[in-house]
Amino acid sequence: MADPFLPESSEMPEARAVPKKRTRLSAVWIVPIVAMALGAWVAVTRIMSEGPTITIDFRTGDGLEAGKTKIKFKGVEVGTLDSVALEGDEHLVRGTAKMEPGSEKFLFDDTRFWVVKPRISGANVSGLSTLISGSYIALDFGRGSQRGKKEKHFVALKSPPVVYADVPGRFFTLKTPDLGSLDTGVPLFYRRLEVGQVASYELDKDGQTMIVRIYVNAPYDQYVNANTRFWNASGVDVSLSASGLSVQTQSLLSVLIGGIAFETPADGAVREEAAEDTVFSLYDDRAAAFRPPAHDPQTYQLIFTQSVRGLAAGAPVEFHGMPIGEVVSLDARLNAETFEFSVPVTIRLDVQRLGVAITDLPAGTDVAAVRQRLMDNLISHGVRAQLRSGSLLTGAMYIAFDTFTDAPPVKLDWSQQPVQLPTMPGAFDAMEASVGRIIDKVDRLPLDAIGSDVQKAVAELNRTLVGARGAVSSAQGTLDSTNKMLEPNSAFNADLTNTLQEVAQAARSIRVLTDYLARHPESLIRGKTEDSK
Amino acid sequence: MNVAGTSAMAHGLHSCEGCGLLSRAPGGAAEGRCPRCGAHVEFRKRDSLQRTIAFLIAAAVCYIPANVLPVMTTTTATGTETDTILQGVVLLWSPTGWPLSLIVLFASIMIPSAKILALVFLVISVRRGSVENNEQRTRLYRIVDLIGRWSMVDVFVAAFTAALVQLQPLMSVGPAPGVFFFSAVVVLTMLAVESFDPRLIWDSSNPRGL
Repeated sequence: MADPFLPESSEMPEARAVPKKRTRLSAVWIVPIVAMALGAWVAVTRIMSEGPTITIDFRTGDGLEAGKTKIKFKGVEVGTLDSVALEGDEHLVRGTAKMEPGSEKFLFDDTRFWVVKPRISGANVSGLSTLISGSYIALDFGRGSQRGKKEKHFVALKSPPVVYADVPGRFFTLKTPDLGSLDTGVPLFYRRLEVGQVASYELDKDGQTMIVRIYVNAPYDQYVNANTRFWNASGVDVSLSASGLSVQTQSLLSVLIGGIAFETPADGAVREEAAEDTVFSLYDDRAAAFRPPAHDPQTYQLIFTQSVRGLAAGAPVEFHGMPIGEVVSLDARLNAETFEFSVPVTIRLDVQRLGVAITDLPAGTDVAAVRQRLMDNLISHGVRAQLRSGSLLTGAMYIAFDTFTDAPPVKLDWSQQPVQLPTMPGAFDAMEASVGRIIDKVDRLPLDAIGSDVQKAVAELNRTLVGARGAVSSAQGTLDSTNKMLEPNSAFNADLTNTLQEVAQAARSIRVLTDYLARHPESLIRGKTEDSK
Repeated sequence: MNVAGTSAMAHGLHSCEGCGLLSRAPGGAAEGRCPRCGAHVEFRKRDSLQRTIAFLIAAAVCYIPANVLPVMTTTTATGTETDTILQGVVLLWSPTGWPLSLIVLFASIMIPSAKILALVFLVISVRRGSVENNEQRTRLYRIVDLIGRWSMVDVFVAAFTAALVQLQPLMSVGPAPGVFFFSAVVVLTMLAVESFDPRLIWDSSNPRGL
């Protein structure tokens, strides 16, 4: 206190005392507590917001950028691609993606991923926005109400799926020997309304049929039942018929990129809707689709010795104008001994198309035997196959079975396969043959000999005529003298008149005589008595 | 330059910071009111060490999210991107841009951490009653105080770009949570500096100190 620089403390005023209200712990400690709480909260939300990490295998890393490429579901970002690297034997590009929190509910073993980039295929132009923003990865659920099991590893699709999970509808399977111009995404028409599309297609394992998966959107899937026919509606179907030219197309779109149409024949029957994945046949055109279905067609053989020009595989076989089958194949056969050339035509017949209800037979009946009896009967009644011209314009031929009462009897040989059915020359051919025969006969006439005979006869006739002329002139003279004789003033005429008068007098006296004799028949004996008169 | 002398506290005197009046502490109480102007008078800043430590802890806690969380969100046509401070440093690092990168590194990462470490050192040394290097420690405190206000550079950058770059359909920049923690670090360290009473450094060497 004895500081020389300072005034005495007694000279200084006293500071006013403040009441002691201090606690040992300062209120400032709230600050670090708040900071810690904030930090902890941020840390917790960060950890909570950590979504699952998934891996996706791509065929190519084209358009994928680590840290940039987003994963979107319905256009909403649900994740980001973290890294892109070649994987395994470097056939694959494996992308590792960090998903947003809560995206576990998208990630199942049937979830599909694909890269969205600008794509122009057929009628679809998609992903144009990615021209500016760059590609992104889209995802969609698998279909079905129940989700599959959780999955963290996925394989990306080659192209966007045609059918999205949230579009209700049903898948069906079509079988066709030929894909035609079909492609994924090709539209499906029902009464010319676009109701679905081709989802995928693949070749059957045996390499013989194409399996086309189609998706029919609800509510049109209810019109598909067991009786529904599907046909390829690609392109334009132009047909010329008795009623004129008709052009059938589904839509301009189907003309350009193809399409499939279906229709259910209205036969009045109420049928159950077809279940998902029901298998149908895909026909080439509408006519083929609505042709009565072949039940168990049988193969037969016809042998034609005349030209089969205009007959082709697929040509119809008709029975009294009803289609009952088609030509399967044409061969050529030469008999080495006789050098006879013939064309065996293999046909497929479906007798049941005649309306012969073989199926109505009691169970256990031998259908083959019944069919055999039917065929035998038909043949014995003179049913024969004949080649006929179906169209004079195109020269296309078809095979007609018709009844020929004058056909020679034939017995079918059921032991050989295929069974050979008797044929008749075609109507046109028969006409041709008879005309040929007539021409042949005409050809055989001895026209030269006849000509010379006729010439001789004419010379003879000439001579005869000269003689006849002399006779005629003498006859003329005779006639002239006769004429003269008969002139009114001629002596002959006067004599004749006198003679006739004499004859008339003679006739009168005869009459008198006969009258006398009638009255006096006794005068024949006694003579005439003058007095009695 | 060890100047011998005494302090107001050693004489039981308060110096008013409002009017400069010296007054006696009644009964040796640590604080009171100036009899002339009524301002608060005290020997040393109240609870200086405790408050400094509290602010330092809060700053240290906030320092972690400030560096881990993104400070800026950039939305362009290609998508949204977020950047942390360190990513910004890495991004700026290029043959021509490295000075800028270094500035960001110093201003945003090294200075805040250095401030925290320096204050921790000062607090500990005072607590232990160290009497050595008092002048250096005081100088350190002055540097920390001086430098503090400049570490808001990053916050300013974020605020300016967010305000300027708003080309809506093409590009926009917005602040991200990290920037709030970063400014909290800066503010808290400034508060810690403010709470620390450099006179405490010298009190231990004063034989008549409290």
